[in-house]
Amino acid sequence: MTLLDYLLAPFQYDFMQRAFVAALVVGALCSTLGTYVVLRKLSFIGDGLAHASFAGIAIAYLRGANFWLGATIATVVTALGIGFVHRRARVSLDTAIGVLFTAAFALGIYLMSRSTRATVDLQSYLFGNILGVSPYDLEMVLALGLVCAIVVGALWRPLLYTSFDPVVAQAAGVRERFVDDALLVTIALTIIVSLQLVGIVLVAALLVTPAASAAQLTRRFVPMMLLSCAFGITSCVGGLYASFQLHAASGATIVLLATLLFFATLVSSAARRRRVLRAASRSR
Amino acid sequence: MQTGNAIEVRGLRVQYDRVTALDGVDFDLPPGTALGIVGPNGSGKSTLLKAVAGLVLPSAGTVRVFGKAPRSLTPGTIGYVPQIEDVDWNFPVSVRDVVAMGRYPRLWPFQPFSAHDRAAVTRAIDALDLGPLADRHISELSGGQQQRTFVARALAQEPSLLLLDEPTTGVDAATEDALLPLIRGLVAGGLPVLMTTHDLDRAPEWFDRLLVLDHRVLADGKPADVLASGAYAGIREHTHTHGHLR
Repeated sequence: MTLLDYLLAPFQYDFMQRAFVAALVVGALCSTLGTYVVLRKLSFIGDGLAHASFAGIAIAYLRGANFWLGATIATVVTALGIGFVHRRARVSLDTAIGVLFTAAFALGIYLMSRSTRATVDLQSYLFGNILGVSPYDLEMVLALGLVCAIVVGALWRPLLYTSFDPVVAQAAGVRERFVDDALLVTIALTIIVSLQLVGIVLVAALLVTPAASAAQLTRRFVPMMLLSCAFGITSCVGGLYASFQLHAASGATIVLLATLLFFATLVSSAARRRRVLRAASRSR
Repeated sequence: MQTGNAIEVRGLRVQYDRVTALDGVDFDLPPGTALGIVGPNGSGKSTLLKAVAGLVLPSAGTVRVFGKAPRSLTPGTIGYVPQIEDVDWNFPVSVRDVVAMGRYPRLWPFQPFSAHDRAAVTRAIDALDLGPLADRHISELSGGQQQRTFVARALAQEPSLLLLDEPTTGVDAATEDALLPLIRGLVAGGLPVLMTTHDLDRAPEWFDRLLVLDHRVLADGKPADVLASGAYAGIREHTHTHGHLR
């Protein structure tokens, strides 16, 4: 086997080709929405909604229903529920997420534990199963991905305004509640799109780490979103490639690569700050 | 825009849990008028502005802005500058980015920034002398510069009604001196302005009408008349003993 054969090996398989397309979509989507997640300090929400999807997956699995339908309904309902509880019950968003996601996750585990059907697939939902991306799954990834892209494309400005200054935005006539709910639902759909690639347990990292890396390098919004997107795609596509060559789990490899990039940006921005300080003290 | 009052408030009552912030407040604001609101700390001045902006809902009574409930107005109608901007100063935006947000409520999804939008942003930046600071990150501004940035955002919005919550409290004299002629110019152009303040001495320069508030309206008239009437006298003592903050 030549070096070229080795390097191109992952692309010979249909399932890997599909996985790479999915990785591209997931990388771009998660990191774009991640910009808002990081700026609104909603890191917890990715974790919460991902766990909530488990209730829908469990019900769909036990009833033999469609995985995508089950996961979407459970996650979107939880997302809207979080918004509702937050507004009505006067509890912090953190608390609303904490209450609802554990409840949905517990429901999933409860149903699975009482089932007499084999639950071997459980692990593939928790940790992702890239081998399982069927042509149908890829179509669903592309369709839901397109919906998310349209929502962000349409609402990026009101999302930015309400992230920065929700009170003044509302006074100026921005429909804050609608924008908030649209963001939560879009995050929910993005998580579902990402589940097969990285799994429930790790998906939150993709919503946070690339945007956090980008925030180290820029103090402007649009550059931050573009950099975040670049980091997200690099992590997902590169991580998937590395996982094939290293015979490792795709989700874990992707998240570790994203984390590596985060520490690289951290070190480089700290070095740059030091240089600026030194230059300033010299000029004095 | 219609010819009637910009604001009509009738029997307004606002209740926060067990605290009554406003009770039985009535007033009108015609176009081209600057109405100042004075009153002691905790007298409900900020709440009154929030009720007009649709940020708090009345427990009783009505608030009409151009004949409608504040929340059903066309986006971009109300420009609001709160007293304390409780924003994340590390948020990745420059002065120009913040001012440009003023245009956002007026834009449809996918609608690109037009030449008019860009011109409104530049005009607002120039009006508040922020030109040299336009590309600075918001964390690199002084208190007065921050306040001017948020006023510029409200102006870039080209609002039909401007609400200012103590824009001159805690800012440098230069900022106040820049704001006064600017606001007076806008009022002369027909814009209705509702503004809270602690500065009674300069009230006649700022306002066409002055309203003394202490959960309800104690006086409402020409600034000189209201100040001469003594309606504010007890209040002035109050603010002096309790300080000028908030």
